[in-house]
Amino acid sequence: MHIVICIKQVPDSAQIRVHPVTNTIMRQGVPTIINPYDLFALEEALQLRDRHGGEVTVLTMGPPMAEDALRKALTYGADRAVLLTDRHFAGSDTLATSFALSRAIAKIGEAFGTPDIVFTGKQTIDGDTAQVGPGIAKRLDLLQLTYVAKIVSVDINGREITVERRSEGGTQTLMSKLPCLITMLEGTNEIRRGSLDDALRAARSQIVKWNAADAGIEDLTKCGLRGSPTVVKRVFAPPERAEKAEQIDTAEKTPRDLAEELIAGIFLRQPALESELAFDGE
Amino acid sequence: MLSTNRESPPPAAGRAAMKKELPDQFKDHRHVWVFMELERDQVHPVSFELLGEGRKLADKLGVQLAGVVLGPPGEATWFAIAEAFAYGADLAYLVEAPLLADYRNEPFTKALTDLVTNYKPEILLLGATTLGRDLAGSVATTLLTGLTADCTELDVDADGSLAATRPTFGGSLLCTIYTLNCRPQMATVRPRVMAMPPRGNNKIGRVIQHKVSMIEEEIVTKVLGFLSDGQSATANLAYADVVVAGGLGLGAVENVKLMKKLARTIGADYGCSRPLVQKGWMPADRQIGQTGKTIRPKLYIAAGISGAIQHRVGVEGADLILAINTDPNAPIFDFAHLGVVTDAIRLLPSLTELFTHRLSPHSRDKLAN
Ligand SMILES: Cc1cc2nc3c(=O)[nH]c(=O)nc-3n(C[C@H](O)[C@H](O)[C@H](O)COP(=O)(O)OP(=O)(O)OC[C@H]3O[C@@H](n4cnc5c(N)ncnc54)[C@H](O)[C@@H]3O)c2cc1C
Repeated sequence: MHIVICIKQVPDSAQIRVHPVTNTIMRQGVPTIINPYDLFALEEALQLRDRHGGEVTVLTMGPPMAEDALRKALTYGADRAVLLTDRHFAGSDTLATSFALSRAIAKIGEAFGTPDIVFTGKQTIDGDTAQVGPGIAKRLDLLQLTYVAKIVSVDINGREITVERRSEGGTQTLMSKLPCLITMLEGTNEIRRGSLDDALRAARSQIVKWNAADAGIEDLTKCGLRGSPTVVKRVFAPPERAEKAEQIDTAEKTPRDLAEELIAGIFLRQPALESELAFDGE
Repeated sequence: MLSTNRESPPPAAGRAAMKKELPDQFKDHRHVWVFMELERDQVHPVSFELLGEGRKLADKLGVQLAGVVLGPPGEATWFAIAEAFAYGADLAYLVEAPLLADYRNEPFTKALTDLVTNYKPEILLLGATTLGRDLAGSVATTLLTGLTADCTELDVDADGSLAATRPTFGGSLLCTIYTLNCRPQMATVRPRVMAMPPRGNNKIGRVIQHKVSMIEEEIVTKVLGFLSDGQSATANLAYADVVVAGGLGLGAVENVKLMKKLARTIGADYGCSRPLVQKGWMPADRQIGQTGKTIRPKLYIAAGISGAIQHRVGVEGADLILAINTDPNAPIFDFAHLGVVTDAIRLLPSLTELFTHRLSPHSRDKLAN
């Protein structure tokens, strides 16, 4: 089977700093990582390949430096990496991103075999939209299975797949057909450490680099800023809360004293709570 | 890599794309629509929150507010419509079909895109739930229109355009996004980000029924089963009135019990910061924050939580935030209302004990006498 997985190189948002004056992200020195959710998807893809045979192709759209993320994915055991990079993609919103990625996936299909499954993570940690996966599915007319927590079974010959998918308040078991697009939730599988062989192979591997034309994209108006119906008008820092928390003085007080003051403080600010809090002691 | 996966910083103002040049085909798009999320006969409360916001937008634009209900024939859909009216809708669109019984992407996308193409809304709002995000992405791509995810603020500017503000880079920044040249302007909003509007009474409105042009045989995906989270409070964390949460400051997995015990004592739900999930001390659906739940309780007690921006964005809507942290410079004190710089592991048992004392029927009786 052939699995294509889309990954994204993102700044490690835990370490992001915002410039106090210009309100822009200070990227210098901020390490980049593979979007964490994509790693769960990658692991799932690799397990399916290990079980059923076939190949895993990783795809990313981004600046030339996104090659690092692809090489990392190869060290985990992916078989092939494609970097879609072109200045025409700059400023893409989710609609334009899903267009470019879907064209590249179609091209990957022509070059290396039609994918049976396309994976993405459930969302990225910088954009956080969870829209690119569904966008790609729609553009490629693939069945879409989002928020998948577990792949229960894949029947390659019967072209059938069964998954467990999170929904509000429960878990749905769905049966669908291949080919399909899956967006993967976190935390289902332990992410592997690649083998030494994979690391050596990754270091030697050629990464396939495509620009818009290579990916078969003729209509550049569907890409980048021009292909993006959404427009960012303003970027700003969240407003500061005017006053800091009122501090309870802790000097020479026992935990009991503090607890008493804290409770008094709560009911002083929210008198109605006292009758609402349900007492459920033994 | 802004909000919508931008690869470069947003363009300077004044670019052609920033101007509103609405093509003629979109000029007759009117009204604000709210997708009423109905799953397993329950209307998701986020739909009411959206009706509250939708009402404000519709009033500013001087247009009508509609609730959109997709579901199987039966009482539940009509109940959802009545609720839409009670929460402020002027009219409702209804697509009833057996194939809309359980949520599946294919028939829901078809039904909603058909409705949009036929009745042309100007703004379409959905909850940023698993269902809403799944559906919104497909509908926006089918219609080739803009979609802004997880908005925290919606407004209409002087031009009558929807200004959708959302956090980006994990909440470090906010950005305001427009969809100038396509319709509808679509946005999703997470549960509990907008306040619940008051429920009116007995308001009624027009119901426009539409048919879905699809039959069950055309739908490839089948639902084999559904396992509800049931009575476990997990699903309700977002709607709990009181929440107690613990962070890494609890130090060890045993101490999580201290936090849970306090929660049980005061009838609160409990949650945690992300590292506790990563350590396996708590299940993922207890996580509060950017990649977890957004909560909006009357009281939030955070024990040993630093208050990183990704946590903050999930709790900021709480009426009263109380922080217990050993570090006087912890960022949580920047947005908490009441703080105490002390060891949570020592304070939690005392809090539990004194709350027990204060809230027990016995001591209440004593107070009354
Ligand atoms: C993409 C991304 C998404 C994220 N999403 C979320 C999210 O949804 N939710 C979330 O919570 N985090 C999220 N995070 C993680 C977030 O950045 C922080 O790392 C996390 O919130 C910190 O958790 P903490 O405060 O429990 O731990 P720490 O930052 O380690 O803080 C522990 C705190 O406890 C205090 N402390 C220590 N001992 C005691 C004691 N005995 N008594 C009282 N206080 C004590 C310390 O002073 C400190 O302030 C995300 C991060 C990333 C990169």
